[in-house]
Amino acid sequence: MKLFGINLPAMSSLILWGLLWEVVGQAELTFFVPPLSEVVRTLVTIIGTPSFLSALGETAYAFGMGVFFSILIGVPTGILMGRSRLLDELLLPWVNVFLSAPLTALVPVLMVLFGFGMKSIIITTALFAIWIIILNARTGVRQINRSLVEMARSFGASPLEAFFKVYLWAALPEILGGIRIGIIRAVKGVIIGQLLISIAGFGALFELYSTNFMMAHFWAVLLVLFALAFSISEFLAYLERKVAYYAAVR
Amino acid sequence: MVYRPLFLKLLSALILFGAWEIAGRIPVSYAFPTFLDSVAALWRMIIDGSLFVAYAETLKPLVTGVAISTVLGIALGIWIGLSRVFDWLFSPIFVVMQSAPLAALIPLLVMAYGIGLTSKVFVVCIMAMPVIVLNTAGAVRHTPENIKAMCRSFMGTRIDMLFKIIIPAASPLIFSGLRLGISAGFIGAILSELKITPTGVGDIITFSRSIADYPSMYAAIFSIIVLAVLFLNLLERTEKHLFKGNDRGYVSD
Amino acid sequence: MSQIEAFKHAQPVPDDIAVSTRNICKTYGSVEALKDMTLEFPRGQLTSLLGPSGCGKTTLLKIIAGLLPPTSGEVTVNGKPVTGPGPDRAFVFQDFALLPWASVLRNVAFGLELRGVARSEREDIAARYIREVGLGGFEQAYPHELSGGMRQRVGLARALSVDAQVLLMDEPFSAVDEQTRRKFQEDLLSLVQNENKTFIFVTHSIEEAVYVSDQIAILLPRPSRVSEIIRPTGFRQKSADSIRRDPEYLDIVDDIWASLRSYVE
Repeated sequence: MKLFGINLPAMSSLILWGLLWEVVGQAELTFFVPPLSEVVRTLVTIIGTPSFLSALGETAYAFGMGVFFSILIGVPTGILMGRSRLLDELLLPWVNVFLSAPLTALVPVLMVLFGFGMKSIIITTALFAIWIIILNARTGVRQINRSLVEMARSFGASPLEAFFKVYLWAALPEILGGIRIGIIRAVKGVIIGQLLISIAGFGALFELYSTNFMMAHFWAVLLVLFALAFSISEFLAYLERKVAYYAAVR
Repeated sequence: MVYRPLFLKLLSALILFGAWEIAGRIPVSYAFPTFLDSVAALWRMIIDGSLFVAYAETLKPLVTGVAISTVLGIALGIWIGLSRVFDWLFSPIFVVMQSAPLAALIPLLVMAYGIGLTSKVFVVCIMAMPVIVLNTAGAVRHTPENIKAMCRSFMGTRIDMLFKIIIPAASPLIFSGLRLGISAGFIGAILSELKITPTGVGDIITFSRSIADYPSMYAAIFSIIVLAVLFLNLLERTEKHLFKGNDRGYVSD
Repeated sequence: MSQIEAFKHAQPVPDDIAVSTRNICKTYGSVEALKDMTLEFPRGQLTSLLGPSGCGKTTLLKIIAGLLPPTSGEVTVNGKPVTGPGPDRAFVFQDFALLPWASVLRNVAFGLELRGVARSEREDIAARYIREVGLGGFEQAYPHELSGGMRQRVGLARALSVDAQVLLMDEPFSAVDEQTRRKFQEDLLSLVQNENKTFIFVTHSIEEAVYVSDQIAILLPRPSRVSEIIRPTGFRQKSADSIRRDPEYLDIVDDIWASLRSYVE
């Protein structure tokens, strides 16, 4: 987008939207939208408070554990599916089902099985992330250039060597892509978990602020959360671009 | 060997349901009914019609929300894809929405619109719309230049260009956006029924949990997953019918 | 045809055979890809497998490499039967098969790395072959920074650096542009002369086969079989740039085309 011959950066329109927000807030059109400046002031005051930090900590812990387990289980499963036709045919239908299934419906099951605490939230997070990680790892392994596989064999690579020196690297762009999307889903999963299972972490703050009509506080936390989610997603996209150069030349 | 795919599908279903049955018989948890008990509960709910009553309730926000997201999302996506000004103005909002945990907005929506249908439709829309808009916009923006040049060289009008070149070329990505959007819409619909007010299938799940009727709870969850999968299969068939030759691949959201 | 017969008998087949295939058959389900393929590849020479697409020349090469098992028949290298890939053969791939995440140096040394050669030693060897194929200075470059021709030089250096006696080349120049290909063909001639290796070279270009080969096996499709063996000898001693004007070269090219044209769809 160009304006008066100057290239505007891609996300710069958010400034415009911020201004609009401020105007709507100042005009007091609705109680639910306080001015952006007030939200930012509130943000500064609450960001160091123990309640905010503990919410951040709890959320980060559940999120981190969920992502950790989904990668730990998802990537090897996907690679195995890509290598073994039998395993692939047995598991793929279910991976596809759970990829598109309304996972929120499974949360009540987790609650009765694993209790109303951190454990269920972690499992919810992992459940949101794992399927796309499996699927992408599988795709990555399956589209490895045949001649790379033959090259490894013709130079006498053992199966283990071929795996760690060729397959894993050749599938890396897809695996990273899957992890990126999985992590974005995990952010959504952890918040859904916190809202549905136990009122913990950021979920608790949202409940607290909305029931007490503390709109500026509500928006401030929301802003932090969205900014965090967006930064994580952009950072991962950046990492993925770093290996993308070789996705094309495999 | 011709029947290998079908055989393996059945085998894989048998393994999963068998494991469920065995885990239920041990039982791994007091709250884990067997597969057969759950199927029986499902059958009971079908026979006495309570499942259909519930779905009539659940489908209201779901279908309304998905319909609004589809029409509005595709239209907005095409617009964003065609106009650089709109791209600059609106893309960032949907990019942020796409990566953000929008479920956090639910308490606010409930305050603003109450606990009725409007809030639930909103939840479905905010979950489903971003991916539809972004996929459509991306596909429209990246229509291959050479087929656009071909259309111009054969004297195609701007309308021809849009309906005969741009939209068909973008259709695979639009449909994959729809698939992802609709599956997010299902997530939103169930989320709102569990979080805002228990109605429809969410009510069956919540109520049977509270009275420890676990087979009914599992049956209701099972049914909503089946419904989502069937619905997405139907969409896939529609696409195959409308746009023969769209090659498929996994497109991420 | 009489002319080809004449060439055939112009020089006796050498006794020193490096690689031979005996009655190789390969079937996929009910499709017969190769039938009763018996060929001998003389040591220190370049033999081309030439034929229209679908004649199974790449399949045969992969069977010799040990990458595909034959349905029946036997491949021997230096008298020993082939059961899988081995250190006596090195493969050059049509699409180069380079590791995109590894530098030129590591790519060239990769064959040695898989053989467990110590790092400093294998990098010394690799650096030598990188210079030999004319890529000196590109050791730390990555494949995506190189042109197609340079990538294939990396593939060639990798195959040379493991010092196998037999080099198997699967249409190695088909993915590079015409001028680069000519340069490659000239380089290949001197490579065959200077290295005492046996080359087996798959190509679909008649000119290329006649230009570089000591012996050409013409394969015909459905089912794949050897139709004739040609040994162009008259112009082998000439300089690289005068071969393409040699009357014998031109005659052989014409004759091969005459015998293949009816098989081209």
